[in-house]
Amino acid sequence: MAITPVGMKRITPELVCPAGSLPALKSAVENGADCVYIGFRDGTNARNFPGLNFSTDEARQAVDYAHDANAKLFLALNTYPKPDQWQAGVRAIDLAAQLKVDALIVADPGLMRYASQNYPELRLHLSVQGSATNHLALDYYKRHFNIQRAVLPRVLSLSQVRRVALEAPVEIEVFGFGSLCIMVEGRCALSSYVTGKSPNASGVCSPAEAVRWEKQGDHLCSRLNGVLIDEFSEHEQAGYPTLCKGRYRVNDSVYYALEEPTSLNVLEILPELMQIGVSAIKVEGRQRSPAYVAGVTRTLRSAIDACINNPEEYQVQPSWMRDLDKVAEGQCHTLGAYHRPWQ
Amino acid sequence: MKLSLGPLLYFWERDVVQSFYQSISKSPVDIVYLGEAVCSKRRNLKLDDWLIIADMLDAAGKEVVLTSLALFEAESELGLLKRICGNGRYPVEANDMAAVSLLEDQSPFIVGPHINTYNPSTLALLSESGARRWVMPVELGGETLKQLQQARPDNIETEVFVYGRLPLAFSARCYTARAQNLPKDHCQFCCASYPDGLLLKTRDARSFLTLNGIQTQSASIYNLIYQVPELVSLGVDVLRISPQSEGTLETIDAFYHAMHSEVNGNRKPIEDWQIVDYEFCNGYWYGQEGMLWKRTDEYKNLESALNR
Repeated sequence: MAITPVGMKRITPELVCPAGSLPALKSAVENGADCVYIGFRDGTNARNFPGLNFSTDEARQAVDYAHDANAKLFLALNTYPKPDQWQAGVRAIDLAAQLKVDALIVADPGLMRYASQNYPELRLHLSVQGSATNHLALDYYKRHFNIQRAVLPRVLSLSQVRRVALEAPVEIEVFGFGSLCIMVEGRCALSSYVTGKSPNASGVCSPAEAVRWEKQGDHLCSRLNGVLIDEFSEHEQAGYPTLCKGRYRVNDSVYYALEEPTSLNVLEILPELMQIGVSAIKVEGRQRSPAYVAGVTRTLRSAIDACINNPEEYQVQPSWMRDLDKVAEGQCHTLGAYHRPWQ
Repeated sequence: MKLSLGPLLYFWERDVVQSFYQSISKSPVDIVYLGEAVCSKRRNLKLDDWLIIADMLDAAGKEVVLTSLALFEAESELGLLKRICGNGRYPVEANDMAAVSLLEDQSPFIVGPHINTYNPSTLALLSESGARRWVMPVELGGETLKQLQQARPDNIETEVFVYGRLPLAFSARCYTARAQNLPKDHCQFCCASYPDGLLLKTRDARSFLTLNGIQTQSASIYNLIYQVPELVSLGVDVLRISPQSEGTLETIDAFYHAMHSEVNGNRKPIEDWQIVDYEFCNGYWYGQEGMLWKRTDEYKNLESALNR
């Protein structure tokens, strides 16, 4: 059993970047991604958006391109197939094995079992959608499917991440930048409650087809399947109605009752994450443009390299923050659950 | 078909909890899930207190199951989980793979609604690990249930959440504390002020969600009472009612009658069930948005009978 060295030893984490298209994949690789993750153009992954993702042929090109550039290519297969979606999931695994992707990112235990039984040489990563926040859960997946890595949900504080990494039987990957899911991934049905489609079952959250913009006087209202998510005055910038980032009324106050529109950004705690020994730092955003992928990859590459070269002197450069905030949801950032008071 | 009372999802005073379960001991539920599934900070009742209630219910002829958390963040929470799993007397409901990991090959367990059992392959895996019952995840509907029932292993029972506010999401953040401008670490147990959770409305005053600490629930009550005959024909073994601060005994009675009138071919009307003031939903059952309330003919008749 290969156990990644963790604990006090500083290791160099891989930078794992998103790509929803071949141009985005090239942007990631050219700007210093160690690994790029993609999904097929169907409901088998958690960014099932129109016009996004890869056909079989494009996925083959993606693998070739990444490997020629000495980068790794991961395939996200991270929805939970219902019985009538099962064959699509199985086909995606067969295809990923044929394409020789470097890892399959999976959430569903049934699919993990199929992959580990049929393709024991195929490296498995437990998706963030797998909701594993502790070493006991990871033990189960390691024992049954020999997973090699787990992506942690964005709900743990820094000290809790340290604890999991210390005891985990597998490598740990954490989110470093991107739109922030504030719920335990894989355990959130808010989107299907409102629209009938959820990340688990359909690979989407707050889908665009359910969004309606409405002018009411000088206010702009955003609705999701008829539910008022937010209302903006002329002076406010209107954001996409992701339903956990709307303004609602609780008791007598109207506020962002769950979370503000904001992005996760770990630049400030990069030395701590490296000291913990996380094996990879992940960027969210397969739905974003090649320009986003290029900019975020470039900035995180610079920051990680600076931290590796001289951890004691590491300082967040103002230009890094500026560049990241420009492309961040809500143009601002947070440490999210890593920072205990956020909770 | 049996009737179960799911775990209490809210934070009630200790004596309220105790007298609630005293009344449940005399109700017609067959199975009672006990313990904390939402927040590890809620310790009005310790494991030993829950076990005393468990023994009382066991003596009253109920099947008792100890539940467990759906989100583990701290090592101390895993320590308590180990104690729950090692209680030696009552089976455990696993709501996280941590519990499955501990219970596998040790003692038969129940797969709770927060473990994602979406297909026959996952169901078979959990059955082989020692699950003797599984609770369908709430976002799955009747058609998926039918397919899963056709493919399920022989030795596993199926339970369906049929009544209560839907547990939709969990977070690291406590939204009840946030509503009072308190950090979670100094929450002052403010969720105790909301025995059925804290209502969240949209800005146009529509009831939308319920904040229950780190859990987010629907504001509407999921209600499958009119689907009971269908649940029977699908071979579902257990129907789960989620405790509310008021009307739980009446709800239990209503479901009990709905279940048994089918057997006798003499359907007792549900008119005397005085809960139609609640907003209901059942969209998930139809494979649609969960918040939808599709009114069956029976419900429409009931409404007109009550002149609403």
